[in-house]
Amino acid sequence: MLNKIYDWVDERLDITPIWRDIADHEVPEHVNPAHHFSAFVYCFGGLTFFITVIQILSGMFLTMYYVPDIENAWKSVYYLQNEVAFGEIVRGMHHWGASLVIVMMFLHTLRVFFTGSYKKPRELNWLVGVGIFGVMLGLGFTGYLLPWDMKALFATKVGIEIAASVPFVGELIKTLLAGDATILGAQTLTRFFAIHVFFLPAVLFVLLALHFIMIRRQGISGPL
Amino acid sequence: MHRGKGMKFVGDSRVKATGRMPNKPKDYSEYPGRTEAFWPDFLLKEWMVGAVFLIGYLLLTVAHPSPLEGQADPTNTAYIPLPDWYFLQMYQLLKYTYASGPYNIIGAIIIPGLAFGALALAPFLDTTKERSPFKRPLPTAFMLLALASMIYLTWESVVNHDWEAAEAQGQIQEEVNVEIDETAEGYLLLTGEQGKSCIACHGADLAGGAAAPPLVGNELTADEVAEIMVNGRGAMPAGQWAGTDEELQVVAEFIASLKEE
Repeated sequence: MLNKIYDWVDERLDITPIWRDIADHEVPEHVNPAHHFSAFVYCFGGLTFFITVIQILSGMFLTMYYVPDIENAWKSVYYLQNEVAFGEIVRGMHHWGASLVIVMMFLHTLRVFFTGSYKKPRELNWLVGVGIFGVMLGLGFTGYLLPWDMKALFATKVGIEIAASVPFVGELIKTLLAGDATILGAQTLTRFFAIHVFFLPAVLFVLLALHFIMIRRQGISGPL
Repeated sequence: MHRGKGMKFVGDSRVKATGRMPNKPKDYSEYPGRTEAFWPDFLLKEWMVGAVFLIGYLLLTVAHPSPLEGQADPTNTAYIPLPDWYFLQMYQLLKYTYASGPYNIIGAIIIPGLAFGALALAPFLDTTKERSPFKRPLPTAFMLLALASMIYLTWESVVNHDWEAAEAQGQIQEEVNVEIDETAEGYLLLTGEQGKSCIACHGADLAGGAAAPPLVGNELTADEVAEIMVNGRGAMPAGQWAGTDEELQVVAEFIASLKEE
């Protein structure tokens, strides 16, 4: 039955080559921890993606309760943390995942750097990777404000002041982020929410897709 | 998908009904040496690594609930800000004389910009064919230097931060919502001459202070309050009430009535 459905779709859309390429691609010995334990350094990229998936899923569940508004943001997080069944776990995974993803991404960057894997022909994929790094830092920065507690507000104030000290365009960046030239408040929270939940994830998905397509095109770099 | 040039597009579905790729995995003999197929051999191993990682991740989540400080209060001017840990290095950098104040642009823009820019441009700065870190000493040295400074700055930031003060300033303040009837006899006695030493510690608004808990929102009965007023409790000494026993009873009942709705 399932085979027949598959064949029916495949006959019309020719989907087999799309996923057989992923399934059948070869994994060389030097990146396989089953053969060389030290090859665990090649796991960091995959683990970064794994945490990213968890961040997306836990974030989707968090938005079921979270309210991006200065009156209710903190209260909704407090409620989520203390009243909602497993809310503490979901928020905890998102909170710790945000740190772990930075750690894993950094380790992955170091692995690629020290194995010289960014060299020709993989320069473009390195650039995309650095872009992902920047987006992740942006996600961390914007997500930090959302619980609207004391540390969130004051850390964001400092961050926005740093952004404002960029020459020529600093004040514009500040107004764009905070929603106002002087006030850090209701507008800032909704903007950070929008950036954290819509803008940056959209950019992240595009960059991740490029990252993975390039890996499949170029294959993994050879042994040192 | 064989879509060579020179294909006819008019009326062409672009998917050939015949000659499609069969849905069969490559033969294992096609993988040389100890090379493996991604699916399912290697993916299984990746999942095992992922499972071990997930256990550690969940243990961390369960052992350390994510922190939540008191609701943001923009009018608080004494709060010492602290960013998330991976921005601490930047936070520390901006404390140094030649990276802050009139030199702010160095600490806020130039140094981070140079670091991030150099990272992005690594493939174009390091163009030799050598891949081993030992055979390209300059890139390796620069990366190790950057790593060392990041660790040093983060460390300096952590040891120079007053963590106890940070914890105290962020604590969630419990709001007690109790209406005090300021015409009640007990209130007048308590805030009168006889209750002077009560108010000294518990505050004129009965909301407590550094030395004593709040009276509003207590969970005691009138008898328990009277007992504490006579004998003291914890840090509170005995015999603080300066009035008569009848007045004491009235005040005890008043305090016991200060319950949260």
